[in-house]
Amino acid sequence: MKQKVIDTVLNLLEEICGDDVIRSDMDINLLEEDLIDSLDYTELLVGIEDALGVVMAPSELKREEMDTPNKIIEQVMKRI
Amino acid sequence: MSIFGDSTFFIWAALLLIPAVILGIMEKPIKYYGFLLSLFFIGAACINSPVSLVYMGLYCIWQYGLARVMLKVTEKNGRDRRTFWAAISFSILPLAVFKLSELIGHSLFGFIGISYLTFKSVQIIIEIYDEIIKECRPFEFAYFLLFFPSVSAGPIDRSRRFEEDIRRIPPKKEYLDMVGTGLFKICLGLVYKFVIAALLYQGITYIAYVDIVSRFWVQLGYMYLYGGYLFFDFAGYSLMAIGVSYMLGVKTPENFNKPFISTDIREFWDRWHITLSHWFRDFVFSRFMMASIRGKWFSSKLTGAACGFMINMTLMGIWHGLDMSYIIYGVYHGILLSITEMYQKKSKFYKKNKKKKWYIWISRVITFNLVMFGFYIFSGRLMEII
Repeated sequence: MKQKVIDTVLNLLEEICGDDVIRSDMDINLLEEDLIDSLDYTELLVGIEDALGVVMAPSELKREEMDTPNKIIEQVMKRI
Repeated sequence: MSIFGDSTFFIWAALLLIPAVILGIMEKPIKYYGFLLSLFFIGAACINSPVSLVYMGLYCIWQYGLARVMLKVTEKNGRDRRTFWAAISFSILPLAVFKLSELIGHSLFGFIGISYLTFKSVQIIIEIYDEIIKECRPFEFAYFLLFFPSVSAGPIDRSRRFEEDIRRIPPKKEYLDMVGTGLFKICLGLVYKFVIAALLYQGITYIAYVDIVSRFWVQLGYMYLYGGYLFFDFAGYSLMAIGVSYMLGVKTPENFNKPFISTDIREFWDRWHITLSHWFRDFVFSRFMMASIRGKWFSSKLTGAACGFMINMTLMGIWHGLDMSYIIYGVYHGILLSITEMYQKKSKFYKKNKKKKWYIWISRVITFNLVMFGFYIFSGRLMEII
């Protein structure tokens, strides 16, 4: 399951950020590096829900809790 | 008395915060005392209008009742869209009645902080629907709504964050640090509001009396002065509110973070009236965008984003008041955000230069002036000239 989550999140992020750097550095700060904005964030949440059935509300987590690929994967794993 | 507005308030606050600090140092809960303080200050601020206190009480009971019903229904039937929209409408109803009655010139159901309290109530309803909030206790609910440092004009806190703060009793050393930070924020806020903003206000009233108002440079001067005044007045107020919260053991979120160094409008909204714009981001923009992506409402991502920005910012404008100037102010920012989004996603020039020093500085100057023009609209002057 974990592998499926990792693959899904990374695929989504690669598409949304338009950069494959997220694969090589999974602790990269998406906010500081300007890779994800509020708009992309909503796309990410919809993508996660569609692919994995995990519902996350936009106000549920602080952005600092979802600002690296690893943190996002961890939050999704918690909800599976 | 006016909260953070006159010397009577500050004298009372200085006296009545002492017991709170003693409780904090003794590592005892401050919340019950803090609640009494809130009742005292709200009561003193509304002493000339007892009926508004009755309204405020009714408002709290109304919102609490809505939250309880929402909890019950969600628990029983899961996420029900119809109940959700009904609850949201009922939650906004008091504010809508007040704003519309103001428009007619016969103010009805107004009380201190009604606009800000509505954000807090609606947040709770939405998060119950999201099944993030699973319980709702009367004391915590009332304290969250009536917390006096932020009751009249924010910052707009979130209930889950607030409740975590009041539940937790920090160790003595940490609490003393909070008191220190709080006092510093209060002092800085005093300088912002009662020195710098007051000075700028003098300039504004001077300009208002100059006869040659139609002259371009007078208007330009007014624009910068007014923008500066708005910042120092509101940021100063927010600093004081946050400072007093800290002394009550609540880390109310920051409201301003050097807004005038922003390089684009989007960054500006991450730095200006942050708790308001983030509220709109989380509860309006994001939700609209998610619904539009799911429902495939738009053929292109950019159109969807532009639509989201327009709705979000127009609504924010309307929230300020049903005055034409506020609505245009909202629409103006919606347009700016949409243009920014299109430019940044499409322009090769932007992608090539965005990290260069000269580009950043030019962006800052342009953003600053766009923002100042926005405040000029907000001030009502533009409408007067037109």
